[in-house]
Amino acid sequence: MITVKDLHKSFGDLEVLKGIDATVDESEVVCVIGPSGSGKSTFLRCLNLLEEITAGEVRINGDKLTDPSVNINDVRSQVGMVFQHFNLFPHKTVLDNITLGPIKVKGLSVNEAKDVGLKLLEKVGLSDKADDYPDSLSGGQKQRVAIARSLAMNPKVMLFDEPTSALDPELVGDVLEVMKDLAEEGMTMVVVTHEMGFAKEVGDRVLFMDEGIIMEEGEPTQIFDNPQNPRTQSFLSKIL
Amino acid sequence: MIYTIMDTAYIKSLPFLIDGLKITLSITVIGLFLGMIIGSLAGLGKLSKNKFIRGFWSVYVEVVRGTPILAQALFLYYGVSEDLIGLNISSFTAGVIAIAVNAGAYIAEIVRGAVYSIDKGQHEAGRSMGLTEKQTMRYIIWPQAFKRMIPPLGNQFIISLKDTSVFSVIVVHDVVFMAKEYYNTTFEIFETLVMVCLLYLCITIPTALYLNRLERKLDV
Repeated sequence: MITVKDLHKSFGDLEVLKGIDATVDESEVVCVIGPSGSGKSTFLRCLNLLEEITAGEVRINGDKLTDPSVNINDVRSQVGMVFQHFNLFPHKTVLDNITLGPIKVKGLSVNEAKDVGLKLLEKVGLSDKADDYPDSLSGGQKQRVAIARSLAMNPKVMLFDEPTSALDPELVGDVLEVMKDLAEEGMTMVVVTHEMGFAKEVGDRVLFMDEGIIMEEGEPTQIFDNPQNPRTQSFLSKIL
Repeated sequence: MIYTIMDTAYIKSLPFLIDGLKITLSITVIGLFLGMIIGSLAGLGKLSKNKFIRGFWSVYVEVVRGTPILAQALFLYYGVSEDLIGLNISSFTAGVIAIAVNAGAYIAEIVRGAVYSIDKGQHEAGRSMGLTEKQTMRYIIWPQAFKRMIPPLGNQFIISLKDTSVFSVIVVHDVVFMAKEYYNTTFEIFETLVMVCLLYLCITIPTALYLNRLERKLDV
């Protein structure tokens, strides 16, 4: 589903990604962990070209993202993205946040989009908030709306960029629950996270990133219980 | 009593001044409407990735903001329209253009600042769901930015309204021009100019008060 080959990304003189190779299979949940500044968010943002790629290639469903003939807006409409700070549109109601993409990008009628939106709100447990504005929601509710907004595009892959890092601890659970449901339904997911519990329980594979490369990867049990790389060992010993 | 008030020099100048005020307001409103269009283009142009577009609008903004509006009005009316291209536009039209060009440069900065102030994440959220750059601007960035533009735009209205007073030098029949005409025949200079100031204040103070309230309501 996603193949990354020798991906490099620099901001000016600063090389953040120094050659990443990775694949994500269909219905796989890949969790990316690592210290801050390791390049994990940048890596994720390269997957839908929110960051321009300096060198290397990223393919999603065979489409090479940097190929000029690929319509990046088409690719993005199939790749959902959930941000750390939700990025809900504050001037739109919860339901309008969700229906904007389906109406403008996929050409759904307003009524069709509303049906989709209301079903998704039910799925994330926020049916009663359809007509509210994002400002009146808690962080956890905002993030669940953001997930519903991404799902409304019926994406083939979902990217999560530290989806629970900006939440109060007691609100994290609801969001992780929604993500777990998604994983169980077979959604392909790449999750940059600090929630080791989630990575352990829901992840099919864990990538440990540090200094712009993938230092170690493997099944969660292997990474968490028997890490081979000294950097992984030291990182895990600090946070577990 | 009423008869004496109505008969004073203050009140007698009013009909003339109000004729001028109509011109003042027309120039301000039409000029600002055009200035809003120019300013939006310029403000977005200054945020463009294309350095020629960015350069062009930056030069426009700096030239206009760096020169006095009196010189601009004279330049447009006598310099360009009469001397350079020999086109005799009316002084009213010249006034409208001068306000449009002048306010456009200040509005450009208002637009640029407001658009720039919208969190980058809004843009990313729009683009990442597959919206084009234009759609993101139209449905996500602009509506939020416009809300933040309203108070400074109201301020610009007050500034431009007062700026029109210099157009008496290009024979625009605005309040100030009419006042001069009036007191040149009646010699009631003090009374007439008091009324001129009062007329401006009748518009600027309520506008400012309304803007204060609006600003609180919009919570920007």
